[in-house]
Amino acid sequence: MIAIDLAIIWAFIIAFAVFVYVVMDGFDLGLGILFPLFPEKRDRDVVMNSVAPVWDGNETWLVLGGGGLMAAFPLAYAVLMPALYTPMIVMLLGLVFRGVAFEFRWRTTAQRNRWDIAFFGGSLLATLAQGIALGAILQGVHVEGRSYAGGWWDWLTPFSILTGVSLVVGYALLGATWLVMKTEGELRDRAYHLSWVLLLAMLGTIAAVSIATPFLHIQYTERWFAWPNVLMTAQVPISVAVVTALLLRSLARKYDYQPFFLTLALFALSYAGLGISMYPYIVPQSITIWQAAAPANSQIFMLFGVAALIPLILGYTAWAYWVFRGKVKPESGYH
Amino acid sequence: MFEGWDAVVLARAQFAFTMSFHIIFPAFSIGLASYLAVLEALWLWTGREVYINLFNYWLKIFAVAFGMGVVSGIVMSYQFGTNWSAFSDKTGPVIGPLMAYEVLTAFFLEAGFLGVMLFGLQRVGPKLHFLATLMVAIGTLISAFWILSANSWMQTPTGHAINADGQFIAADWLKVIFNPSFPYRLVHMVLAAYLTTALVVGAVGAWHLLRDRHLAGPRVMFSMAMWMATLVAPIQILAGDQHGLNTLEHQPVKIMAMEGHFQSHKDGAPLILFGLPNQSAGRVDYAIEVPKLGSVILKHSPDAPMAGLDTVPRENWPPVPITFWSFRIMVGMGLLMLALGLFSLLMRVQGKLYDSRLLHLFAVAMAPAGFIAVLAGWITTETGRQPFTVYGLLRTAESASPLAAPAVASSLIAFIIVYFAVFTAGVIYLLRLMAAPPHPGEEGPSHEVPIRSAGITPAAGAVTEGAAR
Repeated sequence: MIAIDLAIIWAFIIAFAVFVYVVMDGFDLGLGILFPLFPEKRDRDVVMNSVAPVWDGNETWLVLGGGGLMAAFPLAYAVLMPALYTPMIVMLLGLVFRGVAFEFRWRTTAQRNRWDIAFFGGSLLATLAQGIALGAILQGVHVEGRSYAGGWWDWLTPFSILTGVSLVVGYALLGATWLVMKTEGELRDRAYHLSWVLLLAMLGTIAAVSIATPFLHIQYTERWFAWPNVLMTAQVPISVAVVTALLLRSLARKYDYQPFFLTLALFALSYAGLGISMYPYIVPQSITIWQAAAPANSQIFMLFGVAALIPLILGYTAWAYWVFRGKVKPESGYH
Repeated sequence: MFEGWDAVVLARAQFAFTMSFHIIFPAFSIGLASYLAVLEALWLWTGREVYINLFNYWLKIFAVAFGMGVVSGIVMSYQFGTNWSAFSDKTGPVIGPLMAYEVLTAFFLEAGFLGVMLFGLQRVGPKLHFLATLMVAIGTLISAFWILSANSWMQTPTGHAINADGQFIAADWLKVIFNPSFPYRLVHMVLAAYLTTALVVGAVGAWHLLRDRHLAGPRVMFSMAMWMATLVAPIQILAGDQHGLNTLEHQPVKIMAMEGHFQSHKDGAPLILFGLPNQSAGRVDYAIEVPKLGSVILKHSPDAPMAGLDTVPRENWPPVPITFWSFRIMVGMGLLMLALGLFSLLMRVQGKLYDSRLLHLFAVAMAPAGFIAVLAGWITTETGRQPFTVYGLLRTAESASPLAAPAVASSLIAFIIVYFAVFTAGVIYLLRLMAAPPHPGEEGPSHEVPIRSAGITPAAGAVTEGAAR
């Protein structure tokens, strides 16, 4: 009989949920980050219209990531959340501001500017907090027994600031390439221009994080550079180079769809890199996925739900995107 | 001044605050989603324009309320980890899957079809659009199913075991999900959501009827809302009574706190109508009570003995004054709803439903009654469970995160500031939307409106705003 390793299956499911969240809410958070660069009301309306029907579904993946973590790896959830207390609270408050801005800015003329700022500020803060949280996880947290034992500012280091800024740049690039895909005319031209700048910036941050990570722990170094691991791990930077070349070409040729999907590929590669660094730890250097795993009957009970429902969810989500496919026309949103 | 405000108390305050804010919006949007589905069904069935006008009118209100529910709900889902990490570690294997199922079966369904419901009528046509509306409405109900199952398990835990790490694990998932108090709690909450929505819809209808009693939209919504109050308020009181009996069976200490029964009564307990519960002295001061009625209500026998808090160790007492008063507020609101329903039935029978100014004023005044009742009911059940998070098994003090008080205090202050700023604005926008009556041609499928933002064009929004000033 082949033993099925539930912890590995669940690690993949949680990683999948978080990745879907990152790429889906990533681009609409990115739109918020780019908001100040589109000062005209007309453009801002288009930017917002391009995601208004789908952003809510995007953000639900964050709830699945958190809820799934609590259900499948309660110990990791219980250790990480207090360790990331401040970034988590900041992220939640940021999401409150940007989430309500989607509705509120259409309900008022006098205070529209205020909700535009809330949309930008909330998106920026939430993204920065997510990136910082990622860096804080990578650098490891202080665990004693079954709980977090560090201070409440431990998350703040130059490395976590670096990952925070990296994510802001990355989400902004996703947002810009999304706009390339969903808009036309002068707005799209500006999105192309932004994509160039942001792509170069993202390459810089990917390089910086890649160089800094192995210095955090000897395990990371060994994971990436030990022979024969390096034969496999080297595929990641090689793929990054290939995707980057394709992305530059697609921007130069002014393709509509390719830049966005190639940026997603870049995210996927960076994400795979994180996975390679962390595995099999869920709280790096402290708690493995097996130590954190919920009892088997909890994981099996949920596995039925995931197996039956995730394909369905992806199906109707795809349908919703299909319903609102095509370019958002600037003059069609309002009269 | 702040002595005694340790991290646990602050975390409780934060949970109570964020939860109280959050629960208002689902309570409203569960009912409103169903109402929208009914309106659209009536439109598809009868083809009468008034229904689609009402649909589009309430859709805009739904969008704002739902948005606030979503963002405050995301906060809740992470607060278990940030402020209650020990609770998350210990109960995660049981509670976690229930909440994960809520996300998988409800949140995605709502969010996935919400965009089509709000903006998609032109793009998908009426039938598919109705399907989307239906999915959103069903999603809100499924969400209520799972979250109340999780909450009920914390109140009346069954079907579990405890492992070597001190974690609760499920021994029987069906017993966990369908725990003893769950059916009562689910029915009571869903009815509460329907009543809450009906009272808001009725108040908005009445408000506009007070100005012009011939408006078609307000007449329809007022009549529908009053039917709901007439029919559901009595059912809700019955459901509440049954829920109370269930609580007596499984959480007797909570009933003692709700009733103010510090002392045991060997031959028939009184019903204390009002009084000032004095927790330290262990008695109710200035009590106004009806002899034997407590036993009649709870045991259906005037001489049935009732145990009091004097049979319970003091460290297991819930905060009696809060439980006692919030329960009375909830019951009071319920009785007012019953009165409104009966009054409206009387006027309806006499053919004066749209003419009675007194009824309309009463209905307007009752607009917040549902929210007050929901909040009071929630406070009753949650404080009545104290000092436990999992009733009788896990103490609140053993559930909190290992956090310093200043960390929790500053996040609490941040939540209070942000919530008041954001949700005050939201409520103002909701009131503005409600201040204008639904009008013929309320922007709907007859208009060529391509992909839009939040269900209203800015131009129309400006008009609404202007009218409100």
